[in-house]
Amino acid sequence: DPQRTAFLLRKQWTLYSVTPLYRFSNARLRDYARLLSAFIAAEKQKGLAVEIGVELDIKVAVSSLPDLKGSDQDQAAILVQLSSRSPASPKNSEEKLIWSGWFCCVSGDDLSENVPEDFTCLPLFLANGAESYTSIVGSWFQKTFDCCFRRLAISPLHLSWMAAMWTGCKVDKTACAMELVFSVPHLPQPLDISYAIHPEDAKALWDTVQKTPGEITQEEVDVFMDCLYSHFHRHFKIHLSATKLVKVSTAIASAHCDGIIKFLQSQYLTGVLMLLTELAISQIQ
Amino acid sequence: SKKMQRRQSSKTPTQPLQVHHKNQTDLSAWRKGGRIDPEKSVQNHQSPNDQKNDSKQDSLEQALSYFEKVQDRVSLKKNNILQKHLTTVETIALQRGLPPEGFDVLLNVALSGKLADTVNTRLLKSLVPASVIPETSVVSSVSWLCVSKCSDNVQLLFLRWLITVFDFIDRKEQLHALYGFFFSFLQDEKMCPYVCHLLYLLTRKQSVKPFRIRRLLDLQAKMGMQPHLQALLSLYKLFCPELVTINLPGKMKTYFKNSEGPWKAAINTVRQRNQENSPVSKPLLLGTAQPQSRKRKWNTQLIIPASSTNKNNLEEDREKNHVDLYSMNESFPVEQLQTFSQLLQNIHHLEFPSQMGSVLTNPLLLHYMNCIKDESIYLRLYYWMGQTLQEECTWCVADNNQYEEEFKDFLETVYKTECFLQEGFSSCEVFLYKSLPLWDGFCCRSQILRLVSWIPLSSFSEMKSHLYDPLAQLFFTSSLYFKCSVLESLKELLQNWLNWHVIHLDSESDSEVHSLNTTLSGLVNVVAELIHFVGWISTVALHLENNPTFLLYFILDFYETVCDMYLRYNLPLLIMPPAGVFYPALLSMDSVSLNQLCYIMYRYRTNLVAAKENELSKKKILQFKFSSQTYQEYNQYIIAMVGCLWTSSAFQKDVHPQGLHMDDELLKKTTVQEFKTSFNIVYHPAMMGYAVLFLQQAWPDDTTFNFSLIKKWNWYLEYLYAQGLKGLKVFIESSINRVSQAS
Repeated sequence: DPQRTAFLLRKQWTLYSVTPLYRFSNARLRDYARLLSAFIAAEKQKGLAVEIGVELDIKVAVSSLPDLKGSDQDQAAILVQLSSRSPASPKNSEEKLIWSGWFCCVSGDDLSENVPEDFTCLPLFLANGAESYTSIVGSWFQKTFDCCFRRLAISPLHLSWMAAMWTGCKVDKTACAMELVFSVPHLPQPLDISYAIHPEDAKALWDTVQKTPGEITQEEVDVFMDCLYSHFHRHFKIHLSATKLVKVSTAIASAHCDGIIKFLQSQYLTGVLMLLTELAISQIQ
Repeated sequence: SKKMQRRQSSKTPTQPLQVHHKNQTDLSAWRKGGRIDPEKSVQNHQSPNDQKNDSKQDSLEQALSYFEKVQDRVSLKKNNILQKHLTTVETIALQRGLPPEGFDVLLNVALSGKLADTVNTRLLKSLVPASVIPETSVVSSVSWLCVSKCSDNVQLLFLRWLITVFDFIDRKEQLHALYGFFFSFLQDEKMCPYVCHLLYLLTRKQSVKPFRIRRLLDLQAKMGMQPHLQALLSLYKLFCPELVTINLPGKMKTYFKNSEGPWKAAINTVRQRNQENSPVSKPLLLGTAQPQSRKRKWNTQLIIPASSTNKNNLEEDREKNHVDLYSMNESFPVEQLQTFSQLLQNIHHLEFPSQMGSVLTNPLLLHYMNCIKDESIYLRLYYWMGQTLQEECTWCVADNNQYEEEFKDFLETVYKTECFLQEGFSSCEVFLYKSLPLWDGFCCRSQILRLVSWIPLSSFSEMKSHLYDPLAQLFFTSSLYFKCSVLESLKELLQNWLNWHVIHLDSESDSEVHSLNTTLSGLVNVVAELIHFVGWISTVALHLENNPTFLLYFILDFYETVCDMYLRYNLPLLIMPPAGVFYPALLSMDSVSLNQLCYIMYRYRTNLVAAKENELSKKKILQFKFSSQTYQEYNQYIIAMVGCLWTSSAFQKDVHPQGLHMDDELLKKTTVQEFKTSFNIVYHPAMMGYAVLFLQQAWPDDTTFNFSLIKKWNWYLEYLYAQGLKGLKVFIESSINRVSQAS
């Protein structure tokens, strides 16, 4: 149901890989919310004790997102949301969402098949909001479920894969341009080159490169990128192959090499997550 | 006996005050500190020291008896008797401590408000236990506290006393029942810090109740951040993390004001005097944030987490407890685990900490880990360590190089843990395989090479591409010192594998399935691969470095393990060193190398002979036989060695394809005279120094260095053996058939 995951779109998510959670139970999400909210309060006022279960300034909701799955073996995604209550008017006042983060696993069978029962595999974590909250929530998960969070960077190689894959996807007519951002290394001042291509042109190029629909090879991705590079060279006499690809934006999603992603199309959400899950798994194994 | 005499004397009518019979007996027992040797006591009866003790004894009994019956409002200034007894109690208490019976009397009088505060204070200050304090006396003092007959200062002093001597109280059951009474004293602002401390000592899991937490939180709201409240609340959190939480700031060091008061020094004196193992108060252990040397990202794993109870499980316990409130399978909090005996007592209900990484710095938990073979333990450690190593590696991750010292410390800790467990971590293996190709061979050198020595033995070997290739590249392009370090760590790697093999041979009879399903042939192949690799890099290194003795020492050290694998480690494998190692050692300029080679060849011989005998006896069908090639190689080397050192025929008889065989024609062209003898034990460059010294001793008048004078090798050999050439000795005695030896 695209409605239920619509709130994940058009937001910047910072990516992390997470090792399997030890003794995590889907049946105890409410308990986790209570404990986490007390932990946040205790962390914000270090040295003062906090009773668990009372209403606090920051409300925590932990819920399950059963739609975000690739295979039957995947665990349901887990959503954590922090919202603030204004202390002036405690009851009935609007709660303001200040931070959200979610764990997911889309077609992560490689990992989940090889892990004993006590462990829950949700190798991809995405966070939106102040890093201070990411840090508190992450620390709590690390302490409680003996897992490790690591920032998940996306290499230029994987970015070029994303560029090729997303070019081939069908979207409605009003699609925006495909944009590739390159950074020129070893300069005293940073220099970024932005390369925008009309989506239909890009698609036409990709269609001539791809041999079998539904299947992509490294060679095809290389050819596709080389074509774009030589086109650019013809006009600007700059070899993009000597620079570093740092960002890819298409109508499907945009991804930055620092490990930041923005989903734009709900129909391709799981597809993108599958690729990111794969990257996360390769980082923790 | 002496005891009898004492009893009689105290019953004499001249005694001014009578003491209870029971106390009296106990007192004398206390005075002598247990059993009395009758003979000795009779002999010593008249000694002045004993008499002094007796009089002290009497006066303490009198004093106690006085305080038991003392009436209200006796003034200290006007009453000499009170002064006398008070001084007696003080003197004896500070010197030897008070007997258990004394506490009831003295606490009663001090807290009843009968006497002036100065007296009460002095009495409380002298309550130094000689052995234990009876629980009943403490309980009755608490009842005095509740009727508040005594002043605030005396109450405070009593609490401080109770905290200091807490571990001397013989039982604590009734005291635990008074938890609520103590808790109610929290309201008093002055007493609050001391009451918190006392509650900290008394709190058990069942003491933690929601209403108490709420009361403490109210106090916190009223008084703000107070270290004593933080400490007590942290303990509550430890027992019931589902009810309350607190994150302590990292800087805090002391949580309770110094409550040891005037007693601590006296207790120590008495303890030293009695030289008993009196209880020692435990240091506070709170889950404080660890000191961080610098600000780092939140998910840095390099800081090894502190051991803390797995909260996740505790909650489940609570859920179980709803059903069975008196369930006994409560787990023991790891924070409280501090001694080996605690580990033994609680091993059946101990839980691993919430973050497995913390076991690295906790030897007790490592012991526990050694006992519990659970896959999830290793998997948790695997993920944590794997991520930490990769994330913090100073040469794989940009911008990490400023943290090299910390990374070194971490690697060191990991290595120590591996040594403790006698087992390598697979996460370390993966890390080494990933990072070695990028390593400069300089950063964290000794730590990395030590970790190499703990690479686990696995049946399917990817060692060549993952370990040997990157290591060889660094080896050939690095300094002599680096080469020696690599050889050293590969020797340790070999020894660790061999030890692993021996241990598993033993446990195999228990028919436990190997965690690594290693077959013997797989093992033999992996070990052989390592030995061939070392043989190869050694040959090249000797070439590159021009045969330095230092390097040769490390190479031969490796072969000292290799030559003994059959007998010492029960592994059916012997591999001879390559000619590129054997000949440089044989022709070395240094007697140390030659001696080492002789020893190694002797051990090869012993192992090969034993293998041959086993093979011939054929008592059991041998799965593995040494190939005839091994024997052949050994024989070739032996011929070369005997030809060199003994029969002076090396150039004729050496049959090794890479050996010393040379035509006479060619040798004559060198114009070396007496070339035949030039490598025997007299003329060998490694031995010539000994030959010169021997000549000087045997023929002091000869100044021509006429080595041909050394004809009787028996004397010369004895001289060499006496110089410590034990390797040469065992080699010659085993491998050379000496006709003259019989004579």
